[in-house]
Amino acid sequence: MTVKELADTKKYQVVNLGDGTERSIGKVFCCDLLSIAMGRAPAGCAWVTVMGNMNTLAVASLADAACVILAEGMELDGAAKKKAAEQGITVLASERPVFDTALEIYEMISGTASGKKD
Amino acid sequence: MDDAIVLKYEVSPDDFTRAGEASSDVKGKLKQMGVPPDAVRKVAIAMYEGEINMVIHAKGGEITVTITPEKITMVLADVGPGIPDVELAMQAGYSTAPDAIRSLGFGAGMGLPNMKKYTDEMKIDTTVGVGTTITMVVNL
Repeated sequence: MTVKELADTKKYQVVNLGDGTERSIGKVFCCDLLSIAMGRAPAGCAWVTVMGNMNTLAVASLADAACVILAEGMELDGAAKKKAAEQGITVLASERPVFDTALEIYEMISGTASGKKD
Repeated sequence: MDDAIVLKYEVSPDDFTRAGEASSDVKGKLKQMGVPPDAVRKVAIAMYEGEINMVIHAKGGEITVTITPEKITMVLADVGPGIPDVELAMQAGYSTAPDAIRSLGFGAGMGLPNMKKYTDEMKIDTTVGVGTTITMVVNL
């Protein structure tokens, strides 16, 4: 599943549609501590976090995440939104908790749906 | 070393909105030069960790990045407080970052370990009260 396909599911608010939206999402990664995310977020991941500041975007860009998904209804402030646009980082947002959001994306990218029997 | 490209950046102290600008710029330039994505990512992560450390712990400083066909060398020099116990600072999870920094999502004590993890060579020259110079190399 590509970043664009994820955005096109309409399951998430599209805060910013960045560059490289044809990029395939390899993994889902959850973490709010930026120092951990910096070292552990896999390249090409969908990063689910509640941390929505400027530094989140810097880490996403430098660690080469495919996109950021803000969970729990968290928002980017004005300066961070501007940075997302400048740096071409795709940021989506969800009202749902981190785990639910990550699981939903995992099921979509892996083609599994654990909640469904058929 | 005739074919070396040298980039220099000033890092401002206490400015978290600008932290990462130097690393982002280097990342962009390396990509343009056609450096392999894996090496670009390693340099970007290691340099950003160092840059953030300079913002948090030191009063800013200067970063010099030298690019040759064989390797990328980053030298991060600050005139900060120095590191009293390098071995302790290198331990994952050890941090002296203040609460305000932790609330931004930093201060997990992963900075120096991440820098070591993502580089092929890392050297720390530090003197308490004088400053710290960290040299990191990513081979191409």
